[in-house]
Amino acid sequence: MSFIHRLIHGHEKSFKPDTLTPMQKMILRFVVVGLVFYAFALIEGMIMRIFEVKPLPGIEPKQFFAIMTAHPLVGIFGSTYSIVFGAFLFLVPFLLKKPLWSIKLANWTCALLGVGTFTFWFAGFLSEYAPLYTLYWPLPADFSQFSLWGGIFFIVGIALVMVGTLFFVVNVLKTIAYTPPGWQKQPAGALLGSALGWSGIRNLFRRKKEEHLVPLPVAAIARGTVDTALNSGVILFTGVLILVYMVAALFGVDLRRSAIDALLYKNWFWWGLDLIADGLVLIFVAGTWYLLAMLITGKKLFMENIARAALLVELVVSWTVWSHHLMSDQAQPGLLKLFSGEMVTAFELITQGLAFFITLATLWSARPLKMTLPLKFLLGGLLGFALAVPAGIMQADLGLNRILHNTQWVVGPHVHVAVLVGLTMTLYAAIYLLFPIVTNGVKLFSAKLAGFHFWAHLLGGIGMGAFMGMAGLHGMLRRSLYLEGEFSVYMILAALAGSLLLLAFLAFFFNIVMSLGLKGVLEIFTPAKLDTKDPVPPQH
Amino acid sequence: MVDSSMVLWGQTIIYTVYVLAIMALMAWFAFRVTREAPKAPGEGGENRGVKPALFYSFVGLLIVIGISLHIVTYETIPWAAMDFKRASIAPDKTFDIHVAGHRFQLPDEKLRIRCGEKVLFNVTSGDLTYGFGLFRPDHSLVFQMQVLPGHRNDILWRFDKPGLYSIRSTEYSGPVGALMIVPDAVEVTCSEAEEK
Repeated sequence: MSFIHRLIHGHEKSFKPDTLTPMQKMILRFVVVGLVFYAFALIEGMIMRIFEVKPLPGIEPKQFFAIMTAHPLVGIFGSTYSIVFGAFLFLVPFLLKKPLWSIKLANWTCALLGVGTFTFWFAGFLSEYAPLYTLYWPLPADFSQFSLWGGIFFIVGIALVMVGTLFFVVNVLKTIAYTPPGWQKQPAGALLGSALGWSGIRNLFRRKKEEHLVPLPVAAIARGTVDTALNSGVILFTGVLILVYMVAALFGVDLRRSAIDALLYKNWFWWGLDLIADGLVLIFVAGTWYLLAMLITGKKLFMENIARAALLVELVVSWTVWSHHLMSDQAQPGLLKLFSGEMVTAFELITQGLAFFITLATLWSARPLKMTLPLKFLLGGLLGFALAVPAGIMQADLGLNRILHNTQWVVGPHVHVAVLVGLTMTLYAAIYLLFPIVTNGVKLFSAKLAGFHFWAHLLGGIGMGAFMGMAGLHGMLRRSLYLEGEFSVYMILAALAGSLLLLAFLAFFFNIVMSLGLKGVLEIFTPAKLDTKDPVPPQH
Repeated sequence: MVDSSMVLWGQTIIYTVYVLAIMALMAWFAFRVTREAPKAPGEGGENRGVKPALFYSFVGLLIVIGISLHIVTYETIPWAAMDFKRASIAPDKTFDIHVAGHRFQLPDEKLRIRCGEKVLFNVTSGDLTYGFGLFRPDHSLVFQMQVLPGHRNDILWRFDKPGLYSIRSTEYSGPVGALMIVPDAVEVTCSEAEEK
């Protein structure tokens, strides 16, 4: 079989899109959209890495900062949200053994994430709209620096993503609570109570303990969706506020920017954003670790009740933790810096440490395990958070924040190691585990390529974070430019590590395409031929 | 007095040791988890899991680390406590600085400070959110704070070493914000006795 033939039809011709259920097609669409936007974020990241070494001809600083504005949003909403939402919309009904409430709504979520992300990315690319994702007031409404129309389309793109996100939340919670046609009436309130942790709290005060009605991973997903919904509300509200200023400017009215208090806005914004960074990400990741550990070992989770309680604590922590972003804001009340910034943030060391330990202990109890791809990537993901969370705890310290805030330390060893090593490797573990399930048993084209994917991603992610961190400890700022090559040694090393990440992704993408075939990948987007609500066909 | 470069060195050493330790632990775990568990006498080869006591000890350790980190830094990093109590400390000198249109407006061309002086930098913004950071000639950071429009942004700092420091905005305020640098804007001088 020629290379071209294998590229088009897959290496064993074992992928048969006609045999896929609507649920399988749905999750595969999410994954493809997520991987395409991961490629976007990766290429943008590499452009920025090279630009930090030496400004590239043809790219102005304004374009550089426009890339920096879109980059984290493409990574979070376009890539991570797509893969996570797709996986959870498949797994919640799979684990509950009942149909998804609405496959149509799930496909709408996928479309809105895809179209919305492309809209804000394209608006930023064309108009160089670059107030950065932090949107510190009144920067997003500074039309002397940024294009008004570019900003409007940018905000509309984000709004589309948020609507898709709300559809996901509704679909997950309805799936947990609803009664499918022909089924015996389901106890909706009790199911939601179990999923969100209410029954667990009541158990603390009861002699006769209530049984948990939903499995632990579903509880993690449900609790994460609470933060997802709150965050969507905050971002939608913020977007509408900025749009009001934009529309007024379109009609020639200059609204008074000082009507919005910069500090209050910053508190509001970070409260909302931390529902992602310190809320749903940590909760979803912990839930995914637990699920992977149980599926890999076939055993019950170690200390399951404590794991369940810790997920609820993490949810509450995520509502009260935002002030660690404002430790360098001298007008921020000192008590908020101390309690929300330092103390509550330190709780994340405990909740995430618990999840780390429980996952490892579950794996340990099932020795000897085969070092499969999901297990390898799961261990990589655990290592990523073990590195990134303490880095975050250090910068959330009143003394250390004074010399770390807004340096490359924050975005290197903390953000990029958490996202690229911790989160992304956890997602890869889930993808490798689910791949045969959602493709009806297709085998990977090359185990060697998958092995290269693991090592290149792990070393690239940790290496890039480490060199960025070293630059940060020597004073290099994030969200800035150094035109005299002040930190070029660190930036060259970080770019080399970044190129390993790029090679890792190319190996992974090639492996998947060669396994499914280009024709098969395209057919994922055609309607399913099977008329069933089951996650997988009966014979599988 | 402990200065920021010393604190950063300490942090580098502690974090590096931690990184090496956790990587070694994960490598050890990855190796051992693929091996057969040792058989317990009289348990018929049943795999022994992790004991709850180890779990609770680990949780206790995390609590101790989480709390003690902040107590230790508060007691050892001199500016932490000074910053918290700055409203009740009388500065030896105050510099009022205004930022607007991506430009720092300094009270003098050079801000001169004597060793040991407690200096208050009071920075206001006329338009956007900026940052105010002091940097050594090797680009390392002495301190920074955010500068928000409509709010008081002040920082109290004690200088114990002579040197020339540059001011740089540490917050993104648009593409030109990266160029908000005033080279050698602050000069600290010490007598020989003060330096010792």
